[in-house]
Amino acid sequence: MSETQNVTKVDVVEVTKIFGDDPDAALERLKTGATREEILRDTGQVVGVNNVTFQVGAGESFVVMGLSGSGKSTLIRCINRLIDPTSGQVRIDDEDILIADDDRLREIRLTKLGMVFQHFALFPHRTVAENTEYGLKIRGVAADERRKAALNWLDVVGLADWADSYPDALSGGMKQRVGLARALTVEPEVLLMDEPFSALDPLIRRDMQDELIDLQRKFHKSIIFITHDLNEALKLGDRVAIMKQGRFVQIGTPEEIVGSPADPYVEAFTQDVDRGRVVTAGTVMQPFEGIPLGRTNVKSIATIFDGFDGPGVYVTDAKGLPEGLVMQDDVGRALDEGLHDVTYLVRKDFPQVDESMPLADFFGACEAGVPIAVVNERKRLVGVINPLDVFAQLTPGAASGAKVGNGAAEEATGGGTAEVAPPAGATGGDHGARV
Amino acid sequence: MTDFLPKPSDFFVLPLDEWIDYLVKGILVPNLRPFFRAIQWPVDQVLTGLENLFNAIPFVVFVVILVWLAWRFAGRSIAVFTLVSLVVLDIVGVWPESMATLAMVLTAVLFCAVVGIPVGLMAGRSDTFATAVRPILDIMQTTPAFVYLVPVVMLFGVGIVPGVIATIIFAMPPIIRLTNLGIRQVPEELVEAGYAFGSTPRQVLIEVQIPLALRTIMAGLNQTLMLSLSMVVIAALIGAEGLGLIVYQGIGRLDVGLASVGGLGVVLLAITLDRITQGIGEASGADAGRRKLSGVAQKVKTLFGGKRPSDGDTATAGGTQASPPSPGEAA
Ligand SMILES: Nc1ncnc2c1ncn2[C@@H]1O[C@H](COP(=O)(O)OP(=O)(O)OP(=O)(O)O)[C@@H](O)[C@H]1O
Ligand SMILES: [Mg+2]
Repeated sequence: MSETQNVTKVDVVEVTKIFGDDPDAALERLKTGATREEILRDTGQVVGVNNVTFQVGAGESFVVMGLSGSGKSTLIRCINRLIDPTSGQVRIDDEDILIADDDRLREIRLTKLGMVFQHFALFPHRTVAENTEYGLKIRGVAADERRKAALNWLDVVGLADWADSYPDALSGGMKQRVGLARALTVEPEVLLMDEPFSALDPLIRRDMQDELIDLQRKFHKSIIFITHDLNEALKLGDRVAIMKQGRFVQIGTPEEIVGSPADPYVEAFTQDVDRGRVVTAGTVMQPFEGIPLGRTNVKSIATIFDGFDGPGVYVTDAKGLPEGLVMQDDVGRALDEGLHDVTYLVRKDFPQVDESMPLADFFGACEAGVPIAVVNERKRLVGVINPLDVFAQLTPGAASGAKVGNGAAEEATGGGTAEVAPPAGATGGDHGARV
Repeated sequence: MTDFLPKPSDFFVLPLDEWIDYLVKGILVPNLRPFFRAIQWPVDQVLTGLENLFNAIPFVVFVVILVWLAWRFAGRSIAVFTLVSLVVLDIVGVWPESMATLAMVLTAVLFCAVVGIPVGLMAGRSDTFATAVRPILDIMQTTPAFVYLVPVVMLFGVGIVPGVIATIIFAMPPIIRLTNLGIRQVPEELVEAGYAFGSTPRQVLIEVQIPLALRTIMAGLNQTLMLSLSMVVIAALIGAEGLGLIVYQGIGRLDVGLASVGGLGVVLLAITLDRITQGIGEASGADAGRRKLSGVAQKVKTLFGGKRPSDGDTATAGGTQASPPSPGEAA
């Protein structure tokens, strides 16, 4: 949901948490390969988190998805040490917080970590504003200053009008907005969110997700987000980890999770996923940088069409921005008329989408049957999408098809006569006419 | 018929009574007398202070204060009841005794709170401590009230202060238990939220746990008060004064009228104190009081077309901890 920078904010290394009176014995058994069930049966110790390792970059949102009891809450509480891990390391900004003393730990919690809870955990005896400013109060900030900060963040989440109400006058969605404002008011670098939207109605949940995406666009926090809903995970996560019985079974981008599930467990989840939301233009496209318009003519374009029978190819300007679509039919006609200059053939009203756009958002553009230009964030042409590939993507079984296609595609070289992996032909015989 | 089957006592009799007798008379009394004297001192001070205070306040002023408290916290009907009770106490001629009893009860409750609330807080935060305290509380609560009196007399002598001390011991368990319960009832997520935002354990206690446990703690205080009242009557046996003494005298002389008047006084005092403290407890309890208040604030807000509550200042004024709900609301 945002760009990932290279700086590692949170570094979780081989963290294990065992609940019970003799964690060390259980830890030994875990190391020698005993399973969670065996350990529970033989020693009565519960393995909450089993050897989990991951990094979260600055500005990255990392989502952990797993079913109830898989250890998600335990894991996220190991990060701010509400629960002390049995072994492993948790580094925040390269500082191992597991060896921090009480004062240092509090300072880290005060300044770097904000937390949002599943059941909101608002203090019922404080007003919305008092709840929001709690972290600053603990930090010892003066009353008027912290109220100002609280009102500011309440305004961001749209609840400034409710500042002096008590939480029980608020609906669930509003309560969680307050929860979010409370976490943001301490200006944390890392937001820990333990199933923050699970207790909300589906519609409200969607609003909150969108709002979180907006906030993240503005404020670029490092987010560790827990959920049991894979769609939510895929929507919000730059990267997603799937957790099962205390372990991570797969970490990857949403597309990797959906496109190549690591095991049947993950695959079973991905069956229900709304692919249109996960698969982006960048995944379905075939890489193609276009043919530079300045260095081509009708003849050289015609030779390209000899190689394939697609409806048209994209031409680009000197900077690589897509100039327009040249249709095969038009090229044929121009050749007949002895024309030389391609410029007249370029159709400017072509469909264009951003690399990161989810399939569902440009689905309409596919219906024209024309290849779609895919551009990167600098608006350069990076590929084309064959509408047929899009339809194929929407059925679960066919997910990996596009990947294979990608590998086979070659990039066009400068001369214009080079081999171009052609956008395959569209349906029907009247292609081109509807551009 | 079972005589031919041996019982343990045929072979061995444990002289437990003698041992305890020796422990108290032979060891505790001679060696720790100064210690027990020292405990008496603060109780004596507070008791004397309260007695003097109540004697100094004119009847009318006292009634006005109590009726006002009842009105404020418990509503109009309780206020009326309070007024009638106090007048009855006076016209049946037990007013001075009632004040003596009230002074003893309040002294006992004060010491119960001062000792019991911290103990309850510790128990609420430590399972080990809670487990250790529990059997002691069980013993304190199940030992018949009269049984306290003997060791108390041995250690503290007879009189009004020993009577109050017996009362303190007897009435202490509920406040400890309910403080412990109140702390444990605070939702775990709220405590976590406190820690997650960098609070010290002390801050979590003060900012989160105690406010949320307050209602339960107040309920404990109310029970402690009721127990004190019943014990203070029994403590008349070892020289305590007040209404208990009237009852005691009535029984001693088989004077039904006198005993009944004493009993009536105790009942009236009990109900009055119970209702008023319950009212105070509910008003100070975090959620209940606040809920009412924020409900009102919300209504006012909608009336004024969803303006910022701070503009009208209604919510802010209503939200301060000190101001309880209006009598009409509470009734
Ligand atoms: N304090 C505890 N003592 C013993 N076992 C615990 C404790 N806390 C959690 N567990 C166990 O650890 C496992 C993981 O629990 P956790 O709460 O982390 O799961 P979760 O993934 O957050 O589940 P949910 O979706 O229900 O919140 C569970 O089997 C749970 O029973
Ligand atoms: Mg959980």
